[in-house]
Amino acid sequence: MMRWLVLAFCLLASPVAAVQPGEMLADPALEARARDISQGLRCLVCQNENIDDSNASLAHDLRVLVRDRLTAGDSNAEVVDFIVDRYGEFVLLEPRVTGSTIALWLAGPAMLILGVAIALTYARRRGRASPEEARLSEAEATRLRDIMNE
Amino acid sequence: MAVGDTAAGLQFWMIAVAFAALMHGFVTSDFSLRLVTLNSHSAKPMLYKITGVWGNHEGSMLLWVLIVALFGACAAWFGGNLPPSLRARVLAVQGMIGAAFMAFIIFTSNPFLRLAMPPLDGQDLNPLLQDPGLAFHPPFLYAGYVGLSMTFSFAIAALIEGRVDAAWGRWVRPYTLAAWIFLTIGIALGSWWAYYELGWGGFWFWDPVENASFMPWLISAALLHSAIVVEKRESLKSWTILLAIIAFGFSMIGAFITRSGVLTSVHAFANDPERGIFLLGITAVFMMGGLTMFAARANVMQARGVFSLSSRESMLLVNNVLLGVAAFVVFVGTIWPLVSELFFDRKLSVGAPFFDKAFTPFMIVLGLALPIGAMMPWKRGQMPRALRKLAPAGALAIAVLGLAWTLQGGRSLLGPVGLMLGVWLVAGSATDLWFRTGAGKIAQRAGRLMRLPRADWGKAVAHAGLGVTMAGVAGVLAWQTEDIRVVDIGDSFDLSGYTMTLTDVRRENGPNYGATIADVVLSKGDRQIATMHPEKRYYPVADMPTTEAAINIGFLRDVYVVIGDPQEGGGWAMRSYYKPLADWIWGGALLMAFGGALSLSDRRYRVAAGARRQVATAKVPAE
Repeated sequence: MMRWLVLAFCLLASPVAAVQPGEMLADPALEARARDISQGLRCLVCQNENIDDSNASLAHDLRVLVRDRLTAGDSNAEVVDFIVDRYGEFVLLEPRVTGSTIALWLAGPAMLILGVAIALTYARRRGRASPEEARLSEAEATRLRDIMNE
Repeated sequence: MAVGDTAAGLQFWMIAVAFAALMHGFVTSDFSLRLVTLNSHSAKPMLYKITGVWGNHEGSMLLWVLIVALFGACAAWFGGNLPPSLRARVLAVQGMIGAAFMAFIIFTSNPFLRLAMPPLDGQDLNPLLQDPGLAFHPPFLYAGYVGLSMTFSFAIAALIEGRVDAAWGRWVRPYTLAAWIFLTIGIALGSWWAYYELGWGGFWFWDPVENASFMPWLISAALLHSAIVVEKRESLKSWTILLAIIAFGFSMIGAFITRSGVLTSVHAFANDPERGIFLLGITAVFMMGGLTMFAARANVMQARGVFSLSSRESMLLVNNVLLGVAAFVVFVGTIWPLVSELFFDRKLSVGAPFFDKAFTPFMIVLGLALPIGAMMPWKRGQMPRALRKLAPAGALAIAVLGLAWTLQGGRSLLGPVGLMLGVWLVAGSATDLWFRTGAGKIAQRAGRLMRLPRADWGKAVAHAGLGVTMAGVAGVLAWQTEDIRVVDIGDSFDLSGYTMTLTDVRRENGPNYGATIADVVLSKGDRQIATMHPEKRYYPVADMPTTEAAINIGFLRDVYVVIGDPQEGGGWAMRSYYKPLADWIWGGALLMAFGGALSLSDRRYRVAAGARRQVATAKVPAE
C-alpha cells in the first residue's frame, strides 16, 4: 500500500508535473543549464523519474537547490557534486564510470565483440564448408556423366 | 499422443469459463469478490469495467494463461499438417507452461477470493488505467509475451525430436511474427498513452517495466529474422533454437520484474516477495530445462545451407548480433541496480541517460546496415553491387542529413542523423521493392510491383516503419520546444510560430470524476487552427487527479498543451510543447506491425496452414 501511495504521490499529486512557472530562473541560459542538470538527477522518493519530470515536493526542493547553486555561480559539475555529496550516487540517473560500474558500461561493447567473433567464426565455417558440400557425391557424378553422355 | 489435442482444447475452454466468470463479476459489480472491490466501482463506465478485469495483477495473470491455452489450442486445431509426434510434444510443453502459471495463480494470486462482508461499493480502478490507450495495452502485450511461449514450445519439441528443418521454420515463423506484431502494438499503445496522459509528452522512460517488454521485442525481432534463414536456407538452426529459448526467457523475466517489485518502477503491479520467488522459480525451471536440453542436443542440428561472408545470411547474422547485443545492454542496465547492491554494496540508479548513450549506437548501426542487408542476395553476393543499387537512396539520405544540419544550426547531431536514417530506410525499402520487379519497361515493372508476394511488401513496409519511428524519436528529442508560464484568461503567447490564447477555464462533471477544462485557441498568424481543451480531472473515489493533455495532431508536428494549477496571484500554470514529428514514432510502429501482418498473410503460410484454409487461398489469383 505504501508503494501505491508513493506512486500516486509522485505521478499524480498535481496534474501538472514538474517544473512550475514560479521556480524558473529569469536568465534563460542559466535556466537551460538547470533543466539539463535536473534531467540527470533522480527524484529520490519516486520510482525512476528525474526531478525535472517529477512533482514530488522533494523533487521541487532539489530543483530549487540546483537553481540556487547555479545562481551562486557553481559550474554544472559542481552542482552535481554538491547534490551527490548529500544524497549519494543513487541520485544520479547515469552512473559514473568508476569501480564496478565500469563493467556496466563495458557490457555492451564486450558483448558486441564476442558476438561479432562468434558470428564471424560461424560464417567463415559455413563459407569454407562450401567446396565440400557443393561437390557432387559419387552417385550423383556418375548419374550426371550418364545424362551428359546420352 | 492424440489426447494432447483434446486436452489442449479442453484447457482453453475451461480457462475461458473461469475468465468469463471473472468478467461477469466485474460487469455486474459483484463486490463479494475481493478483486472487484479493490479494482472496480459501480459508477465506472462499462468499457472500464470490462478492461478492469486485466487492470490488476490477478486478473491479468488469468488473461495470461488464457492466451497460453489459446495458442496451444490453435496448434491443436490448425496443426493438422504438423508431424503428429512434433505436435504432441509442442502441446506437451505448452501445457506444462500453462500448468505452471495456473499453479502460480492458485497458490499466490487467486482472483476469486471472496469477502465475507461485501462492501456497498468498490475502490475504483486506478484512474490512470481508465483510458482507451491503456485499456488494450495489456492484452496485446500478453499476446506477444505468450506467443513467444509457443516458439519456446516448438524449440523444445524440436530439440526432443532432434530435427529442425524448413517445415519447422515455416511453423515457428508465423508464431514469432504474430508475437512480435502484438508486442509492437502493445508497446506502441503504452508509449502513446504515456505521451498524452502523463502530462509532459514523454514517450519512453527506460523504466524497468518498459524494458521488460522491450527486451522480448528486440529478441523476437532477431528471432523472426533468423527463422527466415532456417526456413529458406536451413542454416542458423541451433542459433534460432537458442534465440527462441532466450526470447521466452525474457518474457518470463518481464513477468518477474513487473510482478515481484524487486526493481522499483513507475508501474510495477504487485509487490509481493512470495509471488516474485514463485515466478523466479518458474523462470528458472523452464530456462534451465531449455538451456540444458539445448546444450545436450544442439549438435544434432545439421546446418545444410552454405553461404559466404557477403550474403543475405551474413547480413542477417549482423542483424541478430546487433539486436541481441542491444537487448543485452537493456537487460544489464535494467538489473544493474540489483547486481550493484547485492555484490558491490553500491546503491545506484541506471536511468534514461545511460540507456540513451549505451543503446542508441547499436540502433544507428542497425539502421545503416539494414537496407544493404535487405538487398543482398542469398548465399553469395557482392556488396558493391548492392551498394550501387542503393546509391540514389543513399544520396537522398545524405542530402537530407546535410539540409537538416544546415537548417538547425549548431545543435546536436541527433536530429539530422535520425532524419537521415529515416530517409535511408524508407528509400532503401522502396529500392528493394523496385529491384524485385526484375528488368523491363517501367510500366511493366510497376505492374509487377503490385503482384509481388505479400512477404516482400511486408518486409519493405516494416523496414520503412522502423525508419519512420527512428526519424520521429530523433525529431522530438532534438527539436521540441517547451513553454512553461502563468497565463491569465484572455492572455496570448507564442510557441514556435503559433499563437496560443487561453479563452476560458470551466468546471464540468464526468461519469465518475470532476474536471477543470480550459479552452485554448491555437492560431498561426490570422488563421485560427483549432480550439484545444486540456483537462485536469479529479477522481473522488480513488482520490487521484489526472491530466488530459490537449494535442493538436499534425503530420509534421504536434502542439501539446496541459493546464495546471490556479496560481495565487491569479491565472493558471500552463505547459505547452511544440513536438516535431512526434506522431511518426507510433505511426512507424503501426507500419512495422502492418508490415508484419502483411508478411504473416503471405501465401506460403496460408498454404502451409493446411487444408482447412484452402477456401481462403482459392480467392488469391494464381501467380
